Amino acid sequence: MFELILFSILNGLVYGLLLFMLSSGLTLIFSMMGVLNFAHASFYMLGAYFAFTMSGYIGFFPALIIAPIIAGLLGALVERYGLRHVHRYGHVAELIFTFGLAFLIEEVVQFFWGKQLQDYRVPEVLDFTFFEMFGNAFPAYKAFMLLVSIAIFVLLFAVLTRSRVGMIIQAAITHPNIVAMLGHNVPFIFMATFGVGSALAAIAGVIAGPVLGTGPAMAFELGTIVFVVVVFGGLGSLSGAFVASIMIGLIQTVAVALDVSVSDFFGLFGMSFSPDDFLVDVWTITLPQIAPIIPYLMLVLMLIFRPQGLMGKRES
Amino acid sequence: MLEVRDLHAYYGKSHILQGVNFEIGDGEIVSLLGRNGVGRSTTAKAIMGDVPPNGSIVFKGEEIAGLKPHQIAQRGLGYVPENRDIFPALTARQNLLLGQKKAGKSGRWSMEDMFDLFPNLRERADVPGGVLSGGEQQMLTMCRTLMGDPDLVIVDEPTEGLAPRVVTQVGTLLEAIAARGISILLVEQKLAIALSISHRVYVMGHGRIVYEGTPDELRANEQIRREWLEV
Ligand SMILES: Nc1ncnc2c1ncn2[C@@H]1O[C@H](COP(=O)(O)OP(=O)(O)O)[C@@H](O)[C@H]1O
Ligand SMILES: [Mg+2]
Repeated sequence: MFELILFSILNGLVYGLLLFMLSSGLTLIFSMMGVLNFAHASFYMLGAYFAFTMSGYIGFFPALIIAPIIAGLLGALVERYGLRHVHRYGHVAELIFTFGLAFLIEEVVQFFWGKQLQDYRVPEVLDFTFFEMFGNAFPAYKAFMLLVSIAIFVLLFAVLTRSRVGMIIQAAITHPNIVAMLGHNVPFIFMATFGVGSALAAIAGVIAGPVLGTGPAMAFELGTIVFVVVVFGGLGSLSGAFVASIMIGLIQTVAVALDVSVSDFFGLFGMSFSPDDFLVDVWTITLPQIAPIIPYLMLVLMLIFRPQGLMGKRES
Repeated sequence: MLEVRDLHAYYGKSHILQGVNFEIGDGEIVSLLGRNGVGRSTTAKAIMGDVPPNGSIVFKGEEIAGLKPHQIAQRGLGYVPENRDIFPALTARQNLLLGQKKAGKSGRWSMEDMFDLFPNLRERADVPGGVLSGGEQQMLTMCRTLMGDPDLVIVDEPTEGLAPRVVTQVGTLLEAIAARGISILLVEQKLAIALSISHRVYVMGHGRIVYEGTPDELRANEQIRREWLEV
């Protein structure tokens, strides 16, 4: 049992911190623009594809740096020449714009790389077992993912709370006009934040591509979970996004690992079900079977009982 | 220093400023007076580029109408918003630092100057701006703008809702600002400090300047005061 919990927690952290790399950028962008960027996970996908192709020429580690930079510049261009113009037509237009962009990026990716999964693999230097316990192996690559995500988390936190740029960003989120009238270039700050958020998503794509798979559906698959994370954590709340990322990361991996069903639970009290009992299919559903729907269940419950999310502020 | 000619501004379809004209000389303290809703704040925002201006605004010899707010601020125009709009989550010190246009670059005013003028701010430098008292927040808003070293500051209703003792403090700070050669445009509704510190005053009504004179002339002109100022 102990090793099961240990490995689930490690895997949950890997997945949760990966989610935070996307949800943090999405949250910052939401706070500034006031709209959810549906194309956010598309930059995650671009990161993975760019790195896959580049690593064939320059190797994995240079690609880990350059792919996110390119994705970040693309993000900045999208803000500067797309969203900024659509902004004057209101939030609905912006929302539809990001929606269209997500489809556009997916089509472009399919155009260049095709519909099939890419053979994007863990780099050889990291392809070994980091440690083994009770017959379970923890791959070095996952340890590497953990390290990169923690480094990003610490860096993001330090910049936002300790640096002057971070303070200007915080102030610009709540009082953009006043920050501008103090002489700070707010439109540039918004563009840069959009770019950095896109680059963070791309870093997640570069490191997750070899593990979660690199294909045209990857943006939609992770995008929906990230959407759940930011709504569950509370739109616009960075700490909410962090807590929700880790929670959903842990819950999903633990649920997959725990092969138990409702009947096992009743079994603890000496009850048992026979194959012809009423609703026997329901009582014997196992946790791993419903693991994929747990995040959505959490989302629906949260919206019913606390619509502003875990740490979000209620709209005034 | 500043010359505003035939300034118009709109909120949607409503025509708020309908041809505003006035000027401010070097080192001059000028008050823009008027009742609530006549367009004084809109005038300030149009000068700062926060509301799109229509007309001519010449600052230090350069046309600034059409520039972005941060470009206008960079040229030396400072703005102290009404309602004491501080950044509530940041500390008083951080609020002041954000007033600097470049990190570590203070001009006529240093953080120490601010603390010397308002010892209260020194004591409460590291508490969130949101928990300061109304008077402290007003001081902080003004000091934050001064940290950007403006040549002209537009101060919008700094005494609104403050206790008489704090109103006096605000007046003292405005005079300290002027003593360093900085021009001031003071937007006010009450005549109290405006008449005692200004060199010249303008009275605004329905989106236009309706009177121009010295504080003494306005004091003597009961008709203008009754028609455009008293509530
Ligand atoms: N954001 C806004 N949208 C629409 N109308 C506004 C807005 N701000 C002010 N107004 C209107 O413009 C007029 C002038 O307002 P304002 O410049 O704030 O007056 P003052 O500062 O002299 O009290 C008022 O009638 C007010 O209702
Ligand atoms: Mg006003």
